[in-house]
Amino acid sequence: MTGLLGLWHYWMIIALMMVGLYIVIARDNLVKKIMGLNIFQTSVILFYVALAKVEGGTAPIIPEGAEHVVYSNPLPHVLMLTAIVVGVATTALGLALCVRIQEAYGSNEEDEIVRMDVEGLARRGDRAESAPHADDVPPEEVPA
Amino acid sequence: MPSIPVELPIFILHLLTALLIARLRGLFSAAMLTGIFSLLSCCLFTLMDAVDVAFTEAAVGAGISTVLILGTLALTDREERQRPARALPFVVVIVTGAALIYGTFDMPPFGAADAPIHMHPVVQTFVHGAEHDFHIPNIVTVILASYRGYDTLGETAVIFTAGVGVLLLLVEGKRAGDPPSEPDHGSDGSDVPRDEAA
Amino acid sequence: MIDPTPMRMRDKIVLRVVSKLLIPFILLFGLYVQFHGDFGPGGGFQAGVIFAAGFILYGLIFGLDEVETVVPHRFVEIGSALGVLIYGGVGVVNMMLGANFLDYSVLAHDPAHGRHYGILAIEAGVGLTVFATMMLIFYAFADRGRRPGGAA
Repeated sequence: MTGLLGLWHYWMIIALMMVGLYIVIARDNLVKKIMGLNIFQTSVILFYVALAKVEGGTAPIIPEGAEHVVYSNPLPHVLMLTAIVVGVATTALGLALCVRIQEAYGSNEEDEIVRMDVEGLARRGDRAESAPHADDVPPEEVPA
Repeated sequence: MPSIPVELPIFILHLLTALLIARLRGLFSAAMLTGIFSLLSCCLFTLMDAVDVAFTEAAVGAGISTVLILGTLALTDREERQRPARALPFVVVIVTGAALIYGTFDMPPFGAADAPIHMHPVVQTFVHGAEHDFHIPNIVTVILASYRGYDTLGETAVIFTAGVGVLLLLVEGKRAGDPPSEPDHGSDGSDVPRDEAA
Repeated sequence: MIDPTPMRMRDKIVLRVVSKLLIPFILLFGLYVQFHGDFGPGGGFQAGVIFAAGFILYGLIFGLDEVETVVPHRFVEIGSALGVLIYGGVGVVNMMLGANFLDYSVLAHDPAHGRHYGILAIEAGVGLTVFATMMLIFYAFADRGRRPGGAA
């Protein structure tokens, strides 16, 4: 059982992952979901970096003239650098979408947006029966 | 009395910050807490010898991400609506967490020097090459820019694509000499003119 | 009698003075991180973000018009594409000199120097793209809030 105790770092990271997952699936506000996604991404990156750590190792930068230095594994660090940057790119795009959704629907809560979509589709279905060329008329939205 | 590893209090603070972000309804406070979350992640990365990753997380996470979330909150709702707590997300999260923790039982302990990830010859090739072929001290930069340079080209293209995407979504392109178009209906932000224009 | 007009950020003395003191050092530090990415932690991404953070701070305190005068919209649009072009261009130059794509050893008289030059060139490209894209995203969000059609 003491062998398992050497894994507590990974368990803390899994707990963080689960908090992020909970925010994404349980909260309705879109910006909150993006924050939860950020937490999830950061915990995955922590997981990989924890895999790379070597006991007694040091940061993978070669010091001047030292011999036989033990380094932590640099390969996951490289992969996680890319992951962090891609994460911020997706966050920026997601937040831009949130801004546009707020302008279009007047709200940033997922259930209200779905309800407005369903109502808009129902109304457009009723209108399409009376006016067959209603293609490029935008659906009526709830005014902001 | 065994010594407490220094990561433990930082991990606990980290988890508490994440739980607070989940709990808070005021989104400005949650945005500030994501900045603190980034700072604590940076500390954890430094403790795990990932100094490049820590640097990037500090700059990108605590810097740019916080500014972006605050910029978004200036344009959207600032408070989350109160919802009744449902049981299903908790169940899903607990089951997934339990499955993942069960999956870690097969892993080598944290920091083991004989883990399979360290035994693969590619790591030794990179470290040796950085010292003898490149004479560049930062091994991560050597791998990022040379051994895995193609991935970094793709990553730079991803950043550029994110910029293009944000441009498409948020900036309504009007050049200096264009005639003013009719006001849009609020949902269609792109200026697709109804009549034939340029 | 209390003045009802709210103070702009640039009227607050502490913000103005401290940011004027800090911004040159932030930009200098960004350049330091860019060029010392080989010898310590750092590199193109971190440097681009730190450099952009300096200008974003200037924009937050002194106003969007001021920062758009210093770093024009056109420049950031061109810059973000130019960085990727530099990166790919280094790879193509390698091919033209006879080696594989992104094999820098042919860029100078001996392979070690060639690799060093190649890494410096592509880190410069990456730094330029990251800086321009961060500024572009900041401009996009800030312009949206400024226009009368956007949600306030």
